[in-house]
Parts: sequence; C-alpha cells; structure tokens
Amino acid sequence: MDKETGTISKKVEEFLQVFKKGEEFTQELLKENEKLRYRLAQQEEGSKFTGRDENFKLHTVEERIKFLEEENKNLLDRFRQVEEENKDFANRYVEVEAENNNLANLYVASYQLHSTLDFTESLKIILEIVMNLIGAEEFSIMMLDEKTNELTIVAQEGMGPEARASIKMGDGIIGKVAKSGEAFYREGDPTNLKGADYTHPLVSIPLKIKEHVIGVIVIYKLLVQKQAFSNVDYELFSMLAGHAATALFSSKLYSQSERKLTTIQSFLDLLKEK
Amino acid sequence: MPDYNFLVVEDSPTMRQLISFALKRIPGSKIVEANDGIDALKKLSTQKFDVILTDINMPIMDGLKLVSMVRNDPAHKNIPIVIITTEGAEEDRKRGLALGANAYIAKPIQTADLLTVVNDILGNKS
Repeated sequence: MDKETGTISKKVEEFLQVFKKGEEFTQELLKENEKLRYRLAQQEEGSKFTGRDENFKLHTVEERIKFLEEENKNLLDRFRQVEEENKDFANRYVEVEAENNNLANLYVASYQLHSTLDFTESLKIILEIVMNLIGAEEFSIMMLDEKTNELTIVAQEGMGPEARASIKMGDGIIGKVAKSGEAFYREGDPTNLKGADYTHPLVSIPLKIKEHVIGVIVIYKLLVQKQAFSNVDYELFSMLAGHAATALFSSKLYSQSERKLTTIQSFLDLLKEK
Repeated sequence: MPDYNFLVVEDSPTMRQLISFALKRIPGSKIVEANDGIDALKKLSTQKFDVILTDINMPIMDGLKLVSMVRNDPAHKNIPIVIITTEGAEEDRKRGLALGANAYIAKPIQTADLLTVVNDILGNKS
C-alpha cells in the first residue's frame, strides 16, 4: 500500500513538475508572444513612418524636378534670346561695315574731287571715281556749251569711235537728262549687254549746280566683274551730280581767271615797257 | 602689337587713298604709296614691307611686270603681293596668280574683302 502510495505521490510529483514546467513554458510562450506582438506593433509603426518618409522624399524630388525643368526652360529661353541678339548684332555689324565702306568711298571721292582747281585734273578724278569706285568700263563726261546748247564729250574711257561726240540739248536719253535735270537709270540687268549701245546708256547723271545743269556723266557699260549697282553706287551718283559739277565749274572758272590774269599781266608789262 | 608695313602701288590718287584708308584699320599699319612699278622698286630698295598691294594698269611700269620683278629678286621674292585691278576676267586673274601674286582683287573693292585678304596673308605669315 505504502509502495503504491509512494508511486502515486512520485507520479503526482512528476506530474506537478511537468505541470510546473508546462506552466513555465506557457509563461515563456506568453512572454515571447508579448514580445512578438510588441515587435510587430513596432514594425507596423515603423513601416507607417517609412511610408510617410518615402512620400515626403518623392514629393521633394518631384518639386526639385519641376523647379529644374522650369529653370531649364528659362535658360533655354534666355539662350534663344541671346542667340537672337547675337544674330542681330552680327547683322548690325555687317550693316555697319557696309555703311563704313560706303562712307569711305564717298569721303575719298568727295576729298579727291575738291583737291584740285585744275580742270583737266578734275576730269581725271571723275573718270577715276566712275571707273574704280563704281566699276564702269565705257563712260564719258559731257559738258554743256550754253552758246550752242550742245553737250560735248570732254573726257571718256573705253568708248569706241562710233560714239557721238556731241548731242543737242533735249535729244535722246542723254539730251533729255540734261534738259530735265533728272537722272536716268536703264531698267534690267546692266551686265546683259551685246556691246555698248551709245544711244541707250545704262546711266546718265546730270551735273547740276542747284537746278542749273552744266553737263552729264554717261555710263554705257560696266566692268565684267560688276554684277549690279549697289546702294553706294546710287549714293556716289547723287554725290557726283553735285560735287563733280561744282568741282568742274570752279576749276573751269579758276583756269579762265588764271588765263585772264596772265593776259592782263602781259598787257600791264607791255604798258610798263612803253 | 606688331607693325605692318604696306606698299600701295597705284597711279590713281583716289584708289591710293581708298586702299590706305582701309589698311589703316589694321592696328600697327604703316603705309607707303608708290605711283607706278619703278617708284615701287625704288621704295623696296630702301624699306622693308610686309605686303605689297599693286594695281595692274599703270604708266612707266605696270603691276604684272612689278610682280614678276619682285618674285625674281632674291631679296624681295617672299613678300606677299595682292593685285587690285579693274581687270576682272578669269584669265587675267590666272595670269596674275601664275606670276606669283598671293591674291587677286577686282575693283571696285569692298573694304571688308580687302581686309580679309590682307589679314589672312598676315596671319599666314606669323
């Protein structure tokens, strides 16, 4: 009996121990469960924060991209604007260069025209200007004789013998230019020539002092390399109309007065001898 | 800034003035003018030049004769020569360049074109 009782109490003891261990294990499991729950809660909380961060970062990057795109657009606009300004400056530079060239031509022509009081030299200078600055190959300078009302060639370059040496005021294109005082420019391609036509000049410029015509410059043919008249040519024509006229007129007057002075001087010398 | 000595050979005072006017835009330029080929040779014997600019049609000695003489003179044969002339036909250009001219410009001249040619020559030289 005692033996049986001892076995039972031993078994109870063992059971209690097993139960205790079970209780301890259960306690541990509960703790572990608690820990896991806590960690899970932490993880959930953490992931909640990370999501917000990601959203924030994404938003910031989007904002930055937007800003940079805006800046890029502004820079492209500015670049285009500067390019446009550059083009304008380049065009302006070309214009200024051309203007500079024109002014140099006009200055030199005007300076040379008024550099002498010798009639022959004045004619030579006009020929030089028309040939070298305008690019004419066949041309003449005609002066008006007010007694006969005729235009006569006083200087020419490259013209053939068939050219008329004199033209009546009002006759043909040249005579009409002298009569009206209006310049004549032939229409069409000035280089399209089958030899010079001395009845149909390319250009005829009246030499005028105010409204008084004293002669004409007539161009029949241009140099082979001269393709067309440029703006400076028309400026030179209008400059020649006035300045060449005064240069020729004053040099002619000066030559006449010099001749008269010499005659008077000789006459006075003769009187003194007597 | 380097000095550049130019010899402008032209019988026309108008063209001499116009060419000199253009060359003065090159910094350090010094211009000597000659009326014809003989006058140019005289000036070449007393002074050194970086570029000669010459017309063709001139009295006493024309520009082509001048080019030929300069190219055959050991003392001056390397001076660059620019022909500036009214003779604008292709055969004239070929003839001028064949004689030894470095460039050929037909009149009427454009200042910008003349300066481009001369600056190219000066650039090539340095």
